Amino acid sequence: MSTLHTVNKSPFERSSFISCLNHVKAGDAVLMIEDAVVAARKGSAFAEIVEKAAKDCTLYVLGPDLAARGMGEDDLIAGIKLVDYGGFVDLAAEHDRTNAWL
Amino acid sequence: MAMDEMPDVPDVTKKFLYVNRKAPYGTIYALESLEVVLIGAAFEQDVSLAFLDDGVYQLVDGQDTTGIGMKNFSPTYRALGDYEVTKLYVEKESLEERGLTPDDLMQITYEDEDDDWAEKPSIRIVSRAEMIDIMADQDVILSF
Amino acid sequence: MAAYELNGTTYEHDEEGYLTDISQWNPELAELIAKDEKIEMTPEHWEVVNFLREYYEEYQIAPAIRVLVKAMKKKFGKEKGSNKYLYELFPYGPAKQACKIAGLPKPTGCV
Repeated sequence: MSTLHTVNKSPFERSSFISCLNHVKAGDAVLMIEDAVVAARKGSAFAEIVEKAAKDCTLYVLGPDLAARGMGEDDLIAGIKLVDYGGFVDLAAEHDRTNAWL
Repeated sequence: MAMDEMPDVPDVTKKFLYVNRKAPYGTIYALESLEVVLIGAAFEQDVSLAFLDDGVYQLVDGQDTTGIGMKNFSPTYRALGDYEVTKLYVEKESLEERGLTPDDLMQITYEDEDDDWAEKPSIRIVSRAEMIDIMADQDVILSF
Repeated sequence: MAAYELNGTTYEHDEEGYLTDISQWNPELAELIAKDEKIEMTPEHWEVVNFLREYYEEYQIAPAIRVLVKAMKKKFGKEKGSNKYLYELFPYGPAKQACKIAGLPKPTGCV
């Protein structure tokens, strides 16, 4: 019984990313999409918080949104998984519910 | 769907949670959420509302919108009991972070059909840990 | 925008006849709107219209029909708290017709 959380806002602009991480359960998945992909970049001010969250749940980032912002797999914090749109659909299907953090 | 028609009620009752995380008036989210809750209530599902982050401001008592030229929709939360929406979970940590206490919130009650129509509070203050469990217990989460 | 005309005053309404400015409402106007709806206002009609206005005053919404039925039952008893009774008074739908006569906005969820 696990949840897929999606976040679409940059943690530099909104608190929803941190609020999401504060409400995940062990075994949940968090998918960063749209502006939230900036939280996946290594060396960012939020990297430590993201690394800590990765211990309890699986973190994903949407590739097309990452590429659109000039980033690629090499820029990601270790452990964050890259998915495409098909992977997004698979994640939604694999989990019992989706919780969107707007 | 017209209001005067009854919708077809699905056979299986599902647990729906409406998550409210934004203050009213600055954006349309809070009002939209309330309207969807009222319309959705016709489907007789197991509905709960969660208020966290700035969403707790939706339930703050004493809202006065005369100066901003917008409709004050806060009294409508008190009608939710009539729509059998009786579980309004408010996150304690979100209140505290904003310098609010449960006393700053409106009195919202419902009449318990199974308890001789006794009037009971709809607002339930829950910890963040309890909120996580409430979210994990749902079939559908709708975010606003 | 279309409007009701009464005693030299103009009352704007939307394309379906719902009053634009709720604060303009008065009982005489209600009689006029009712006439447009082919309803002759009786004390029983007024009971429902006044009840809707009180509900709106308190909660800032027009109640859904099942909420209205339940609340009417509580206030006026079983006979008046029924779909049948309300539809006899307002054949084209109590929510739509009675709200319009009461000067309230179109009920939420009504298309």
